Amino acid sequence: MPGLLARVYVTPKRGILDPQGKTVEQSLHVLGFDEVSDVTVGKYIEMRLGGASREAADARVRQMCERLLANGVIEDYRVELVADRS
Amino acid sequence: MSVSAVTADVAADHGLTAEEYAKVVEVLGRAPTFEELGVFGVMWSEHCSYKSSRAWLRQLPTTGPQVIQGPGENAGAVDIGEGLAAVFKIESHNHPSFIEPFQGAATGVGGILRDVFTMGARPVANLDALRFGRLDHPRTPYLVKGVVGGIGHYGNCIGVPTVGGDLYFDAGYDHNILVNAFTCGVARRDRLFRARAAGPGNPVVYVGSRTGRDGIHGASLLASAAFDAGAAAKRPAVQVGDPFTEKLLLEACLELMGTDHIVAIQDMGAAGLTSSALEMAGRGAAGMLLDLDRVPLREPGLTPAEILLSESQERMLLVVRQGSEAAVEAIFRRWDLEVSVIGRVTDDGTFRARWHGREVCALPVAALTESAPVYRRPAEEPARFEQLQHFELAALREPADLTEVLLQLLESPNLCSREWVYRQYDQLVGGNTAVRPGGDAAVVRIEGTARGLALTVDCNSRYCLLDPYLGAVLAVVEAARNVVAVGARPLAVSDCLNYGNPERPDVMWEFQQGIAGIRDACLALDTPVVSGNVSFYNETDGRSIPPTPVIAMVGLLDDVEAHLTPWWKAEGDAIVLLGRTREELNASEYLAVVHGLVRGAPPWIDLETEKRLQRVCLAAATERLLSSAHDVAEGGLAVALAECSFGGAGLGARITVESGMRADALLFGESQSRMLVSLRRRHLGRLRDLARREDVPFTVLGEVRGSSLVIGEMIDLPIEHARARWRRALPERVGG
Amino acid sequence: MRWGVVTFPGSNDDAQALRVVERVLGDEAIALWHKDVDLRGADCVILPGGFSYGDYLRCGAMAKFSPIMAAVVAHARRGGLVLGICNGFQILCEAGLLPGALVRNRSLSFVCDLVIARIETTATPFTASCGRGSLLTLPIKHGEGCYVADETTLAELEARDQVVFRYADAAGRVGPEANPNGSLGNIAGVCSAERNVLGLMPHPEYATERLVGGEDGLAVFRSVQSWLRDGGRSRGDEPRVQAP
Repeated sequence: MPGLLARVYVTPKRGILDPQGKTVEQSLHVLGFDEVSDVTVGKYIEMRLGGASREAADARVRQMCERLLANGVIEDYRVELVADRS
Repeated sequence: MSVSAVTADVAADHGLTAEEYAKVVEVLGRAPTFEELGVFGVMWSEHCSYKSSRAWLRQLPTTGPQVIQGPGENAGAVDIGEGLAAVFKIESHNHPSFIEPFQGAATGVGGILRDVFTMGARPVANLDALRFGRLDHPRTPYLVKGVVGGIGHYGNCIGVPTVGGDLYFDAGYDHNILVNAFTCGVARRDRLFRARAAGPGNPVVYVGSRTGRDGIHGASLLASAAFDAGAAAKRPAVQVGDPFTEKLLLEACLELMGTDHIVAIQDMGAAGLTSSALEMAGRGAAGMLLDLDRVPLREPGLTPAEILLSESQERMLLVVRQGSEAAVEAIFRRWDLEVSVIGRVTDDGTFRARWHGREVCALPVAALTESAPVYRRPAEEPARFEQLQHFELAALREPADLTEVLLQLLESPNLCSREWVYRQYDQLVGGNTAVRPGGDAAVVRIEGTARGLALTVDCNSRYCLLDPYLGAVLAVVEAARNVVAVGARPLAVSDCLNYGNPERPDVMWEFQQGIAGIRDACLALDTPVVSGNVSFYNETDGRSIPPTPVIAMVGLLDDVEAHLTPWWKAEGDAIVLLGRTREELNASEYLAVVHGLVRGAPPWIDLETEKRLQRVCLAAATERLLSSAHDVAEGGLAVALAECSFGGAGLGARITVESGMRADALLFGESQSRMLVSLRRRHLGRLRDLARREDVPFTVLGEVRGSSLVIGEMIDLPIEHARARWRRALPERVGG
Repeated sequence: MRWGVVTFPGSNDDAQALRVVERVLGDEAIALWHKDVDLRGADCVILPGGFSYGDYLRCGAMAKFSPIMAAVVAHARRGGLVLGICNGFQILCEAGLLPGALVRNRSLSFVCDLVIARIETTATPFTASCGRGSLLTLPIKHGEGCYVADETTLAELEARDQVVFRYADAAGRVGPEANPNGSLGNIAGVCSAERNVLGLMPHPEYATERLVGGEDGLAVFRSVQSWLRDGGRSRGDEPRVQAP
């Protein structure tokens, strides 16, 4: 049975200071990309999951996010599951 | 044996010339396998074999009563008393840092740290000598930020303080920056570990990170050929550092070194497994059999050549006693590190590697190292010096506003504050940093003793450009003087010789001059060279860097509490200049910054005079006569005086000087063998006696007073304002 | 008294904490390994600075799952003293023993410098012997020391007097000029609601000797010593010091 690929996006919570995002935004403005606003810099985590059903996998990955991958005080997360084609 | 057809063409791809390839065939009595060719390619590269420099390096003084280990091991070692040794080395990571400044610099730090802890020493301090192109070159800020970030990343994370270094900007480095990393460690002198394989049957153990494809043909070949515009395409060859793993490796190795299991240990640096295995076997006159299937791999599918040549970081190769395997494994497992017995020492003098049941390498160890090419390349003095050294002081316009000139110098790239750099480094971890960056030399207490180590790196490459012999002498002399300025006795040197393409006769001549200069100065000052590194091919598109023999000097304080700093301590202290100011502006920073001239011979130097100055300073420091001491260097007396005000409480000074010379020469000339000290008035007589005994000129310049630097009618500089501009200059120009 | 100092993989300031306890304070130091499961009688546990687990993912994120942390949490729940310095502070926030979080410095650069930490409250075992408003010159060395929390949490911290240190200038003024990393409210250290757990970014352990870093940091360690000597209980009971 083909496994799943989990894609986890961890981003700073709105309203939490994001010095990286701010700096990137300023730099883009300096380079002339004036249309840019609301830059945030987060993390992208990819992992292969063996076996489980999509529902079970989704629940497991969310647990991983809650416990380790994201810090709920400062970060939000989003999970995508796709078929693992590798 | 491999069936790949190996020809002289394939050999050229591995960096071997046709003659070198012919020698390979002669040594083996047959054509090499593909894997063997790879081994020859790296082992005979300039970086690993020192083929262009070896004949000349023999001229350097390497012995003395203080020397425990001279060149030839992973690092040098000198006696620092109480049964301890200082273990240190400086090494270049220039080309990788130009291609990928952050990782290049980081792995440079990681590599030199491994060289030191491989010897059984706990690293106690890092310093870095950095050279970049003009600050207004478009790529320079990016490179500076990357390199500084990388050094900080690695040193901070592994927990070794970065306590000093130097930093220069010069157009000569626009296309070839220099990143020279230095580490000093401390070990018990009877517990130094060496890299000599011995004892047939003893297991060879691989520890640390897994092996990946990174850095194959990286450091060794990158550092052994001229750079071209396509260098960026070599990006995949740059290794990525993992300071966290190295921290674990450091702690695990030091724990293992507390036992009796180790016979030999060598880090896997440039040319990876091949080089460490061959060097250990070579030094121990032994053979070695490796089973490449047992090397821990990061990804499947690596070829045996890749396994042999990978420059993956944070790996070590050990030879341990038979029967120690389980104990060794337990220690590395406790630190969650890879550990695998991958072979054993043999007595047939052959380096053999097996993979998937076949022998891919069978190389005679002695022949490989002994028959390595040694070149005495042609050297010839280029014609340019006559013009370069020609300088007429009388023709130089003297500026009207000398205070403005002083401010201009204090804000110039090579003289402004380096705080923006060292604020990004953990200077304190370990809890022994007594003098932080910003002084003449760093001072680190030796754990568990009342002693201290003084550490500095120095080289004025403008002097070297204008006279490669005198420039090298002055690099040694200034390093020693910086060590003396903090109250320490210079002990020994590690040198990092950065030059252009040795196949060019003018570069080879510069190199030979540099060696001669280091030799003469080190002999005079009794500071032997115990370790070092040569970095050739520092050029881009045919343009060489200025000769840059960076000198790392280590000194010893018997009482670390007695250390000195450059900063004024108390109002009313007398300010004294020891040494003579000559009317010379040649080769000075002032000439370059204010007049746009890089001209003239370097400042006058006499090694006997220098020694006498250093003896006076050390005697005064030992007798605790001094409140502060500061070497007068680039920017001359005026800049030195301002620097003494910029630290500590920010006290000013009142200076009165009478001299028959031009004001700009008096203020900004870079006469050597001078030390600026301050002291309580009651000690003046004793200091005068010490100076007279050694025939060192002694001049009371004035006193510590107020909040401005006032020099006669020439300079009136409010300290707070000047200090703010001096501190802001670098971050403003690098861009934060 | 007995101080426990935890070594995580990647801890760098553990040796310094042990040295201060033994050689400067003359107390008993217990080296605790992250795989240990009990605190071996430590009265106060120090989570030292460094880069536990390489600071990968987030500072302190992985250290909180070390076996020793279960014992540290239990110790804290019983009212035992826990002092988290730098990376230790980050671990305590990640473990939920302290509110808020530490993110990258606003400059995005690692910063090593001396700062002035103003003591905001003496109602903690760690500052009980100090004067409120007094100024300590202490080193900082961190890349992620910018303290953040949501507004509700910040208001609670202020209301319950849980802000223990703020960055200040030499005159004791708190303002952006004195803020080395962008921390909200110039916060340099906070304590738990029960006041027995302290986290701070400045390093008191690197300011305990005249030769290296000065002696201002001793105030924190001496406070703990005298608080325990005067009957402050380290284990099992409610702490003696209560919020005002």
